[in-house]
Amino acid sequence: MTKRILAVGSGGGHWQQLMLMRPAFEGCETLYLTTLSGLPEQFGASPAAIIPDCNRNEKRQILRTTWAVFGHLRRFRPDVVISTGALPGVLALGLARLAGARTIWVDSVANAEEMSMSGKLARRVAHLWMSQWEHVAAESGAEYAGAVL
Amino acid sequence: MIFATVGTQLPFARLIDALDALVLELGETIIAQTGPKDGRWPHLDRRETLTPVEFEQIFTSARVVVAHAGIGTILSAKRWRKPLVILPRRHALGEHRNDHQLATARQVEKLAGIHVAWQVDDLGPLLRTPDLTAASEAQSPTHAALIDRLQRFIVGQGSDA
Repeated sequence: MTKRILAVGSGGGHWQQLMLMRPAFEGCETLYLTTLSGLPEQFGASPAAIIPDCNRNEKRQILRTTWAVFGHLRRFRPDVVISTGALPGVLALGLARLAGARTIWVDSVANAEEMSMSGKLARRVAHLWMSQWEHVAAESGAEYAGAVL
Repeated sequence: MIFATVGTQLPFARLIDALDALVLELGETIIAQTGPKDGRWPHLDRRETLTPVEFEQIFTSARVVVAHAGIGTILSAKRWRKPLVILPRRHALGEHRNDHQLATARQVEKLAGIHVAWQVDDLGPLLRTPDLTAASEAQSPTHAALIDRLQRFIVGQGSDA
């Protein structure tokens, strides 16, 4: 059966790295979510949808993002949800896990010193929790398998 | 044309000074995105900030890009297939809060098209090289390993909880 993947990355570096992981989704039915309109078209990622961005300091905005992500999860019913960050990705992983999906967090390769803030939050909701740096993985207890570099 | 970019967060005078000193000898225009700093680099075409569109346009039309060892720049060089010369920022010189750019430089040194200047003196010879190899989007072994791990998890062979 074809796996359904929901791939979530905020605009900028997170999205760019998610795009570099696309070969892993080959043969799957993938829906992309990002926070910046125009990005999916720029990278030829389809189908895709835009969700509102949010950060830890804006509670109201977090609710908006959560609601949007919830809608996509309900309609798309993914088997696997993957995110490179940031907070919208953590929310997606959390909700998806509650719904019974398997979840992947790949922390941004820009975090060469320690896990990102959202990566630390994602630990509790990611089945597969990875850093793209060997020493960061070793220190945090994450898995290291490689990097998009 | 050579494009120099040091990111938007921290100044990197060691790199920009060195490039300013190289312009006349190279006989090539250097556009430098230096962040906010007064103009003490008379030979550079200096830009404080660039919009994403301007950045892409200058990046893609450059012969070679020179930068700090920032992840964004490395990914851009791969995406737009440009030769990239990187000079890692040093903590000891007050250029960053730690030495993670050295770690990044060591990690990407093996990649085609990414040329590491370990010190300022390496910049001249690298920039004088006529056909510097361009970076490519081709997967490195570590990139392939990451994809492979993700694939195994997705099809359900991973050792997830």
